[in-house]
Amino acid sequence: MSWGPPRKIRIILPPHLRGLAHISGELLLEVAGAPTVRSVLDALEATYPMLQGTIRDHVTQQRRPFLRFFACEEDLSHESPDTPLPDAVISGKEPLLILGAIAGG
Amino acid sequence: MSGVRVLVGTRKGAFILSSDGKREKWDVSGPHFAGWEIYHMKGSSANPNRIYASQTSGWFGQIIQRSDDGGKTWTQPGTPPGEATTAPGGTPKGESNKFVYDTSAESGKPLTTHQWYDGTQHPWEFKRVWHLEPSPTEPDTVYAGVEDAAIFRSKDGGKSWHELSGLRGHGTGPKWQPGAGGMCLHTIILDPANPNRIYIAISAAGAFRTDDGGKTWKPINKGLYSQYIPNPTEEVGHCVHRVAMNKSRPNVLFMQKHWDVMRSDDAGDNWKEVSGNLPTDFGFVIDVHAHEPETIYVVPIKSDGEHYVHEGKLRVYRSRTGGNEWEALTKGLPQKDCYVNVLRDAMAVDSLDKCGIYFGTTGGQVYVSPDAGDNWAPIVRDLPAVLSVEVQTLS
Repeated sequence: MSWGPPRKIRIILPPHLRGLAHISGELLLEVAGAPTVRSVLDALEATYPMLQGTIRDHVTQQRRPFLRFFACEEDLSHESPDTPLPDAVISGKEPLLILGAIAGG
Repeated sequence: MSGVRVLVGTRKGAFILSSDGKREKWDVSGPHFAGWEIYHMKGSSANPNRIYASQTSGWFGQIIQRSDDGGKTWTQPGTPPGEATTAPGGTPKGESNKFVYDTSAESGKPLTTHQWYDGTQHPWEFKRVWHLEPSPTEPDTVYAGVEDAAIFRSKDGGKSWHELSGLRGHGTGPKWQPGAGGMCLHTIILDPANPNRIYIAISAAGAFRTDDGGKTWKPINKGLYSQYIPNPTEEVGHCVHRVAMNKSRPNVLFMQKHWDVMRSDDAGDNWKEVSGNLPTDFGFVIDVHAHEPETIYVVPIKSDGEHYVHEGKLRVYRSRTGGNEWEALTKGLPQKDCYVNVLRDAMAVDSLDKCGIYFGTTGGQVYVSPDAGDNWAPIVRDLPAVLSVEVQTLS
């Protein structure tokens, strides 16, 4: 299936990672190919290499245990990383939220 | 004019405390990396403006930070934003936060598991960097002690890290086990007289030494006695909390074990207990006076359940005889209603003529004694819980 030209995906990062990447507010990131969690993270890490290893493991590519992926009021954390993102995220109507679990102090 | 720069890692950021040689008035900068755990910071003695920091988080993992201007500005020594993260051949560039255990058949073999809390075997999983030890001669070379226990080295200023896997390949790994703080390699001592000799210590495996620059290692735990392992005199399994050395006598080591204060006069080959008249021989920190190699310092802690100072009194104990005979140092320290801990990397000494002693507490105080322990004063009182204290003596 062809996905045509790159899509612009809205991403909201947790504050600690915004600080690490020296960005503020919401990100708008161009993602090539099928817009999935994996392709979004590939694009994110390519643009902000300092985020490598902070969201998913360097080697196994597994999501870090205390991080979650939400979109359209749904928890995508346990979906396959290759599942296409919801249409509302692909169209830019809704952002993909990456956030830390509410734990610790 | 001479001065000091105290590098303080806390549960919620880093702080840098600066003073002149009198060590009376202090400038406090920070928090750097606000909200992140800073397990350790240490400056390069080959280039004092270069400081390495371990920034870590249970959520987001490990970050290495580096300053080349004495802590004013910091960068991650990895690929700058906007540059490709893969080399032309497609292989990932080594990023500064990438710590990957060596699993190659040649050098990483054979260790893949260690003992878990319940005695079963558990795979090695990287969690964080506990200690950074810059080379005394090469500013771009720095060692990292990590959890789960292993030692890594960077030769490019912290950009890429490679495990010295001979330590895990020693073969005793299945008997290593995590202490309450995790299975961490927390102490790295580079022998100033012999660049091929490195000492390390692990909770709870014990102390190890290499004499060939990190290729091969041997446990150096003879004389240690630990009731919490089935064979109390086992070759490995001891919960060593800290090892310290005076640079003028690299064969003499002092150790704060879980319980027992120990010394070795033969580079760790044999240890003997020197707890003497301490009120309790449990503790985390131990350090040696910069100019008097028989003068050592500990902070006894009530254990096993409490992990705060004895009798509500914050007392540093000093021995001027290399152990056994200890005196309590209390002047300027709280002597009632005090229930803090002093963690294993949270004591340091400067090398000014009058040796300064520093330590930080889990209550957020950092204390200094500008006269080798006779008198103490707080530099700061209200930081987040202090994880580590290092000091740079500046000329």
